Amino acid sequence: MNLRAVWAIYKMEMARAFRTVLQSIVSPVISTSLYFVVFGSAIGSRITEIDGVSYGAFIVPGLIMLSLLTQSISNASFAIYFPKFVGSIYELLSAPVSYLEIIIAYVGGAATKSIILGLIILATAGLFVPLTIEHPVWMLAFLVLTAVTFSLFGFIIGIWAKSFEQLQLVPLLIITPLTFLGGSFYSIDMLPGVWRTVTLFNPVLYLVSGFRWSFYGKSDVSIGISLGMTVVFLLVCIAIVAWIFRTGYRLRN
Amino acid sequence: MPSIISISGVTKTYATGFKALKEINLDIERGEIFALLGPNGAGKTTLISIVCGIVNRSSGTVTVDGHDISRDYRTARSLIGLVPQELTIDAFESVWATVNYSRGLFGKPANHAFVEKVLRDLSLWDKKDAKAITLSGGMKRRLMIAKALSHEPRVLFLDEPTAGVDVELRQDMWEMVRRLREDGVTIILTTHYIEEAEAMADRVGVINRGEIVLVEDKAELMRTLGRKRLLLELRSPLATIPETFSRYALELSPDGDRLTYTYDNQSERPGVASLLRDLEAAGIQFRDIDTQNSSLEEIFVNLVRKDA
Repeated sequence: MNLRAVWAIYKMEMARAFRTVLQSIVSPVISTSLYFVVFGSAIGSRITEIDGVSYGAFIVPGLIMLSLLTQSISNASFAIYFPKFVGSIYELLSAPVSYLEIIIAYVGGAATKSIILGLIILATAGLFVPLTIEHPVWMLAFLVLTAVTFSLFGFIIGIWAKSFEQLQLVPLLIITPLTFLGGSFYSIDMLPGVWRTVTLFNPVLYLVSGFRWSFYGKSDVSIGISLGMTVVFLLVCIAIVAWIFRTGYRLRN
Repeated sequence: MPSIISISGVTKTYATGFKALKEINLDIERGEIFALLGPNGAGKTTLISIVCGIVNRSSGTVTVDGHDISRDYRTARSLIGLVPQELTIDAFESVWATVNYSRGLFGKPANHAFVEKVLRDLSLWDKKDAKAITLSGGMKRRLMIAKALSHEPRVLFLDEPTAGVDVELRQDMWEMVRRLREDGVTIILTTHYIEEAEAMADRVGVINRGEIVLVEDKAELMRTLGRKRLLLELRSPLATIPETFSRYALELSPDGDRLTYTYDNQSERPGVASLLRDLEAAGIQFRDIDTQNSSLEEIFVNLVRKDA
C-alpha cells in the first residue's frame, strides 16, 4: 500500500477545498439559509407539524442530504475530471499507485469535504430551528455512508465525462429532481396514492427517510430498508468502479 | 549488465482501429542518453506512455530494470520520471506544494532538502511560493522537470523537452541532462529537433509509422549513413562539366565557379583522390576546397522518406 501517495493526494484535495472556501463552504451555507427563510419561515409557518415535528425542523435532514448529495458528486467528479481535462492526470497514471489507492484518496477527500459541509449546515440549521438528534451515531453513520457513496458516484461521472457539459448532466438531470422528489420537503404520506408508490422507486427517499429517522425517530420507510438501499447503491458504485479500473475505461485508452 | 528498459513485441491498436505501434522491440542501455526520433504521429509519445503506464498496450512486454510494468508496476514506475510534451500542471498549486506532492505520489518520504536542491538546480527556488499559473512557459517546463526528478528516478523520459523553449534555456537543459547522466540516470528523449539528438545522444532510434526503422550508435550512424560533400571553388568558371567526369556525377553551380561532389562511405563512386587527380589532368584549377558531413537531420529525412 502506497500510503504516502494516498496522503499526498488527500492533502492536495483538502488544500484545494480551503483555497476555494467561498465556493465549497460559504455558498452552500448561504443557500441553506435561504431555504430556511423561504420554506421554514415563510411557508413553514402555514404548515402544521409533520409527525409531531415542526416543519422547519422537519426539513433539516432533507436539506443536509440535498447538499451532501450534490456536493459529494460535484467534489469528486470535478477532482478527477479536472486533471483529465488539463492533462495533468499523466502524473497520477505514471505513479506507483493502485486503483484502490486512487479511489481511497479522491473519494476520501471528496467525502471528507461534504461531511464537514453537512455538519456546518447542521450547525447553521440549529440557529433557525430547535434540533433534536435521537440517534447521533446513526446520524453520523448515514452522513458518512451517503457522503462516501455519492463521492464514489461522482468519481464515476468524472471519469465518464468527456466535457464540462456531461459533467453537469447527471447532477442536473437526475440527482436534483430525485432529491427534490425524495421527500426532503414533505412526508410521502402527504402525497396521493399513485405518487406515493412512484416515490418508493426513488433511492434518495431512503437516504432522506433514514437520515430523518436518526433525528426524530420517525421515518417514511423502515430504517432497515433505508440502510439496505444505501448499501446496495454503494455496492453498485463499487462494482462500476471496479469495472472501470479493470478495463482502463477512459483513463488508459 | 542487462538493459534498464527492455521492450519486446509491443503493439498498440487504438479503439478506432488505428495501429499506433507495430511490434516494437527496443532495449535501452543503463546510463545512456537515447534519442528517439520520428516525425509527428510516428508513435513516439504512445511508446513512452506505454512504458510509463499511462496507456495500456495491446500486446507485448516491457520491463524496467527487470521489473515487469504490469506485474510489478510499483517498482517499475517508481524508477521512472516522466516529463511529458504538453505543459500540464495544476495551475493553482504553488511550485513548492506541487513538487512535494509529486514526491509523495511516488511513495517517497518527504525530503525538503532534496526538493530544495532540485528547485535550485533548475533555478526555480525563488519561485517556490509562486502559483504555477504565474510562471513563464520556460519556468513551467522546468517545473515539470522538477516534478519528474522529485522522486529520484533512475530513468528519465523527456518527451520533446525543448519544444518552444528559447536557446538559452535549451542550453541549460542539455547541461542538466548531462549532469543527470553523470549521476547514472538513463535518459530517453524524443525530439524532432535533430540537432538535439546530434548534440546529446549516445544512441539514436528512429521510429516511423509505428515501427522502429533503425537503432544505432550515433557516431556510427553518422559515419555509415552520413554523406560527405566535397566543395571545390574554381579559379575560372566552367560552362559545362567535361564528359570525362560523368562517373563522378558532379554538380556545377549556376554561375559555373563551384563544383560539388557528393559521396559516402558505402558508395560505388570513386574516391576523392582520383577526382582531384582527374581534375588536375584536365587542367581545372581550384582556389579553395572544403568538405561537409551531412547532419543527422539529412540522415533522418532520408530514412523516413525511403520508408514512406
